[in-house]
Amino acid sequence: MVLASVVDLARAQFATTTIYHFLFVPLTLGLGPIVVAFQTLWYRTGRDHWYRLTRFFGTLFLINFAIGVATGLVQEFQFGMNWSVYSEFVGDVFGAPLAIEGLAAFFLESTFLGLWIFGWNRLPPRLHLATLWIAVIGTWLSAYFILAANSWMQHPVGYELVNGRAELTSVWDLLTSTWTLWAFGHTILAGLTAGSAVVFGVCCWHLLRGRNVDVFKPAAKVALIVLVPVAAFNLWFGSHFGILVTEQQPMKIAASEAQWDTCQPCAFSLFQIGGFTEDDQKPSFSIQIPSMLSFLATGSIHGQVVGMNELQSQYQKQYGQGNYLPPVRTVYWSMRVMAYSGSLVALVALLGAFFYWRGSLVRRRWFLWAGVVNSALPFVATTAGWALTEFGRQPWIVFGLLRTEDAASPSVSEAMLVLSLTVIILLYLTLLVADIWLMRRYARVDPPEAPTEGGEPGPLPAAGY
Amino acid sequence: MDLQTFWFILIAVLWSGYFLLEGFDFGVGMLLPFLPRDERQRRTMFESIGPVWDGNEVWLVVAGGATFAAFPSWYATMFSGFYQALLLVLVFLIVRVLSFEWRSKAESPRWRAVWLWANALGSFGASLIWGVGLSALLYGVPLNSDEDFAGTFTDLFSPYTVVAGLAVVLLFAFHGATFLTLRTTGDLCERAAHASKRLSLPATIVAGAFLVWTVAVAVDRNDKDVFPPVLPAVLGIVVLVAAIVLGFGGRRGWTFVATALGTVFLVATLFTSLYPRVMVSSPDFGNSLTVDNASSSHYTLTVMTVTALILVPVVLLYQGWTYYVFRHRLTGEEMEGPVELVARKTGG
Repeated sequence: MVLASVVDLARAQFATTTIYHFLFVPLTLGLGPIVVAFQTLWYRTGRDHWYRLTRFFGTLFLINFAIGVATGLVQEFQFGMNWSVYSEFVGDVFGAPLAIEGLAAFFLESTFLGLWIFGWNRLPPRLHLATLWIAVIGTWLSAYFILAANSWMQHPVGYELVNGRAELTSVWDLLTSTWTLWAFGHTILAGLTAGSAVVFGVCCWHLLRGRNVDVFKPAAKVALIVLVPVAAFNLWFGSHFGILVTEQQPMKIAASEAQWDTCQPCAFSLFQIGGFTEDDQKPSFSIQIPSMLSFLATGSIHGQVVGMNELQSQYQKQYGQGNYLPPVRTVYWSMRVMAYSGSLVALVALLGAFFYWRGSLVRRRWFLWAGVVNSALPFVATTAGWALTEFGRQPWIVFGLLRTEDAASPSVSEAMLVLSLTVIILLYLTLLVADIWLMRRYARVDPPEAPTEGGEPGPLPAAGY
Repeated sequence: MDLQTFWFILIAVLWSGYFLLEGFDFGVGMLLPFLPRDERQRRTMFESIGPVWDGNEVWLVVAGGATFAAFPSWYATMFSGFYQALLLVLVFLIVRVLSFEWRSKAESPRWRAVWLWANALGSFGASLIWGVGLSALLYGVPLNSDEDFAGTFTDLFSPYTVVAGLAVVLLFAFHGATFLTLRTTGDLCERAAHASKRLSLPATIVAGAFLVWTVAVAVDRNDKDVFPPVLPAVLGIVVLVAAIVLGFGGRRGWTFVATALGTVFLVATLFTSLYPRVMVSSPDFGNSLTVDNASSSHYTLTVMTVTALILVPVVLLYQGWTYYVFRHRLTGEEMEGPVELVARKTGG
């Protein structure tokens, strides 16, 4: 008996590496702009604390970026390694944004980041600041092209099927599909939330210890200025993204609400027990908000949401016999974990801004602890968000075109996958320990001193060997 | 020139760039356990590649991405077929990242020795596998009529591909040692020069043998004529012999130019021998993947061509500028170690 098929193992491996990779990505996307803000403030005002903050958070940014590069390489390789049927099927369309990402963005970010790290005493300040700006723009461009590729799997556009393969017919459609644009906005906002929540958390920790208050209080202010609007706006943005998903992948929305029957108006289930399988469609317990789902899924409180039963029979007519239901329980809870943790971050941010405004932030120790814990929440939210996106698309790997079960590499055996999965898990655990240890270590030291008159600033700590 | 050929050449250029650039940082990595006399020299060696190794690795990422976009079948068959080999490469490269990140973060000599060896092993392993893997594309591996790999891990290894791996390892070590003669000063620089001279002969002999053998394999197993593969092969041998002469003549800058060209001609010989196939099938030669049966559609190739023609020159420009900015030699005095820095700041 085979305990797990090649497809299951390949999926487990992809999930492991991708979830892991995406812990580093949002932090890079969000921390970058904040470090840019610190350095720009230093460049314009010449005040010491901005310099010290640039160096301090720059170190955290770099530790994070280096591991993102290493795990990103695994991402690129494993499409071909584990999903060769998929790669051949989509290469014509999917490969293009990936290759453009390398040429347009990845070269840019890593080269200019290298210049920034080692350029402190070599480049004129203005140019040195520009290198960081360029590197950060590179990280955002990177996210855009990768999301364009993923969005095509969610909602294929600009292609035609030729000899059983998808061929690109319009790169413009691919790069400007509604899904791509919404996914990009949502991801950037999530990244900024993660980055500013981490900066805020680190500030809270230092404020708790009462050290370097003069440095970390202004940093907390910058973090809140980013975090409050971004976290709040992303709640609205994410729910509007949901309306687009209702149009383009109704099954995902129905599953994320465990909505078996078509309804109008539809209540939103805040929490429920049971009701996640075809044989058990009625939850034994649930808390609901009337008409809320209609509003979230369609933008109108009177809107209709098509249920999974109806979609299932519709898809069977369209695509042939088969089960078109995603794993309902997983999708339902992913959606809630994402939305609840996202809301909690926004709440903490608002409270923080209120206390800051009242001038009582530094005194409220319980809240500072909450700020420290809060820095983990955005990562819970992004992980759950990707679980929703990817599980919710099942059984498809490319929606409507190719099933996940048909996409794995025929030449890769279970034994090879067990081996590679084991190796990757061990290696990634080591990496995780490394990263957390380093981040903690460098998040807890005092920020480096500002350069004295005539003295040259030293290198960043993490950049030294 | 049709677009398929253009992309084949572009991918060869990306691999050349990768070999030329990461070649020396792999080389420096491999020499880490042998060359430096003390901790300061070890750190200087790490510093010498510190600003660039990450950017160098991007050449590999882009070569992979370009293969995916331009030749999906090649990408799919090669990456799934060479599964264990690529898994090993990933492990070696990640271990290397860890060593860059971790080594300096604690002071214990044992800790530092472990990560130094990890870097050396990662550099050696990745070089070896790239040599074996790329030459196996030419030597041939079993492919079935569905363009899928039908062999096992051991099919990658033959006397020819093993020599290819060794040639790449030796050439990178030679290239890296020569690179260090340009980036360091004093005792370390002299030691690097000595190592470069000692490596020059074995590297040239093995790489030369590999180049000659490649032309023979191209004729034998890939239905090619002696010309054109012989052209880059001869040029490769000429520049490597020149590297020996220049090295012993003390012309370090020119030696580096020669070793750099050596890596480029090595890749060029391999790809010239391969064309128009991208993956030779053996024993069923008819199942080989070619630039035509493995490529993307005309539209995708056109889009990618326009993108590449705009972006590649820009990339070359700013990467070149990076090397210009960091052209100064490292004396070992530049940097305060992070551990000392942390210790000083925390008062412990």
